[in-house]
Amino acid sequence: MPLRTEEMTLNMGPHHPSTHGVLRFILASDGEVVHSCKPDVGYLHRSIEKIGEKMTYLGFMPYTDRVDYVCAMNANWGYALAVEKLAGIAVPRRAEFIRVIVGELNRISSHLVALGTMAMDLGAITPFPWALRERERVNDLLEEICGARLTYNYVWIGGVAFDVPAGWLEKARSFVDSFERMIPEFDRLITGNKIFHERLVGVGVIDRETALGYGISGPNLRASGVAWDIRRDIPYGIYPELEFDVPVGACEAGALGDCYCRFRVRVREMEESVKIVRQCIDRFPHEELEFRTKLRRVKPPIGSVYVASEAPRGELGFLILSNGTEYAERMRIRTGSFTAMSVLEKIAPGLMVADLVAVIASLDVVAPEIDR
Amino acid sequence: MQQLLDRILASLGWTGEGPTQIVYFLGMLFFAVALLRVCFTPFAGVVSWAERRIAARMQSRVGPNRVGPQGILQWLADGLKCVLKEDLIPEDADRLLFRVAPYLVFCGLFGAFAVLPFSRHLVIADLDVGAFYVMAITSLVPLGIIMSGWASNNKWSLLGGMRSAAQIISYEIPAALSLLAVILAAGTLSLQGIIRAQGWSPADWFVFRNPFLFTGFFYFFIANLAEGNRTPFDLPEAESELVAGYTTEYSGMRFAFFMLAEWANLYVIAAVVTVAFLGGWNVPAIADGALLTLLEMVVFALKSFAVVFVIIWIRWTLPRLRVDQMMLVCWKYLVPLSFLNVLGTAVWMMIVPEESLFGRAFAWALVLIAALIAALFGWRVRKNLVDAGVGRFAAKPIS
Repeated sequence: MPLRTEEMTLNMGPHHPSTHGVLRFILASDGEVVHSCKPDVGYLHRSIEKIGEKMTYLGFMPYTDRVDYVCAMNANWGYALAVEKLAGIAVPRRAEFIRVIVGELNRISSHLVALGTMAMDLGAITPFPWALRERERVNDLLEEICGARLTYNYVWIGGVAFDVPAGWLEKARSFVDSFERMIPEFDRLITGNKIFHERLVGVGVIDRETALGYGISGPNLRASGVAWDIRRDIPYGIYPELEFDVPVGACEAGALGDCYCRFRVRVREMEESVKIVRQCIDRFPHEELEFRTKLRRVKPPIGSVYVASEAPRGELGFLILSNGTEYAERMRIRTGSFTAMSVLEKIAPGLMVADLVAVIASLDVVAPEIDR
Repeated sequence: MQQLLDRILASLGWTGEGPTQIVYFLGMLFFAVALLRVCFTPFAGVVSWAERRIAARMQSRVGPNRVGPQGILQWLADGLKCVLKEDLIPEDADRLLFRVAPYLVFCGLFGAFAVLPFSRHLVIADLDVGAFYVMAITSLVPLGIIMSGWASNNKWSLLGGMRSAAQIISYEIPAALSLLAVILAAGTLSLQGIIRAQGWSPADWFVFRNPFLFTGFFYFFIANLAEGNRTPFDLPEAESELVAGYTTEYSGMRFAFFMLAEWANLYVIAAVVTVAFLGGWNVPAIADGALLTLLEMVVFALKSFAVVFVIIWIRWTLPRLRVDQMMLVCWKYLVPLSFLNVLGTAVWMMIVPEESLFGRAFAWALVLIAALIAALFGWRVRKNLVDAGVGRFAAKPIS
């Protein structure tokens, strides 16, 4: 008697432990092997773009925290960059330094969350608390500078909200010094692990063409071998003055653009962020005291602007159409997670369920950033 | 026992000639279950507490420390909480199988306690086929797990159940074969007999007795990790993949039974490893009577909890294998190697008699090498801590 078999439809999410936030995937699977994977987005849609059209330019800033709450500083910064360009607002040099320091610290904490959850999704639980322990120290630093630990609302249009407190820079330096020594410790715990290698190497390969075709950006794009970093290639702030490398997938094992490449690129980016923070602290303009251009209202001329910045999850771009009032005519946000999510449909067929979990984790998608 | 039952029944107004065999049998069964429940649940409880505290320590957390001294009674509080929870059965579940499954898992593991020898005298039943009995009764576990996976009517549970069945049945083979090598060396299936065939000094333990038993120790340990669904083989309940695997739909007391069984399993694994390879309760004859029994119990507890610690340590360090990799490890490596082990042990026993000078020298050399490796490992861990500046080697924070 021939066995009758059929595909099983698995509903992964919206509340599944490995879907960070509220994601949903509709899988057609043959037991363990995934035949197709259809991402279903929109569970965390909060109309942030529409709110951006109903709030004044200054009042919208706290909402940008919620675009990507894992790296709110970078989201604040991306929005401030767009409005500053649109309205022609100058930023004091002291504020530029502070922005780079907090932005890179936030990048470290965001990558720590990404790497920790990735290890956890592969079944290794301990790296996650280790990563969070370091992230707590970043949170402490940022709390001291702006009073908040997650949604900072710190980078304002025309500068930053508060000046750095006395002694803060030394604390930041002591953090990056000790954090630099923690990276090898983290590597010893998980990166060199044989099982970890077996689970990541050669899994979920996104080749160069696919990555470019789907508009993937940030660490995921660099892991596929494309040396593209907005901080270096369309520089903003004081990045042109700083020296840092752009880590590209080195294909240390397996194929270029696999999960392991994405993991390694993030680890190396944290090392680069440490370098950047240290340079900023060394060259900090202590004599220039102004940290914010005082603004009562922002009323840009009619026109439009698109400014991209390099957030931890890739290109974070704000497209603003101005109609000459205090309110934007149209606010559009481009995020890295959205495109990273869309590529899953192409690379998922043929993977096992466990691999799919690894791929989702390695793409570092964050649900609020997809839906906005 | 029978007199006691007679008296109880008489006081209840039993007018018959005395209890029939059926009543007697039921009474004994009740007594046995109560004994298992009362005497061996604390093992699972203590192991669960140890696991949570050790895991917390590894992860820079505190862990449960509120109920009892250092939180050692946390498992009682959790058990009580689970009893008080609503008992949910999904609407479309197979109600009978759903209810039966946790008890099968529970019985399979707690049944194994019946033959565990805690000292020369302290053992419930010293069966002639003790090793065989352990392998057999723990085979109830995959039955219960696949039953729960099927009965829950949930795809994640089903996947977990299927994985578990495939995994446990596969790894039964290398585990049994590695144990077979020990049985060859000991010449008996009785767990007490296996312990008596070893001695108190490390060189007398089966693990260091010959090279094949030494490697067999690792095969047995790995295979048992897989049978116990422990990391890196925790695929049946892989949280990040299968939500909670076969326990997804369980709650309240039934869930508590699964968890209790899991931790009991952890102890059973450790105890069987201790018995088969690490010399069991053997102590040098420096005392007699009650003191000797106490010493033996302490030694057995120390050894088995050391193994428990290693298992917990592995669990909180390693990632999880994928299904195909898990199968590959078993069929491509463990099964052929453990076959080789059985042959090798037999040949070694023929060529090198146990008490020969070469045999003794070889055992002591193995002990020495193992001690050196352990020392090197400790030194390396300390060096890493100093290099990273963590724990008590951390730099003073700037405040």
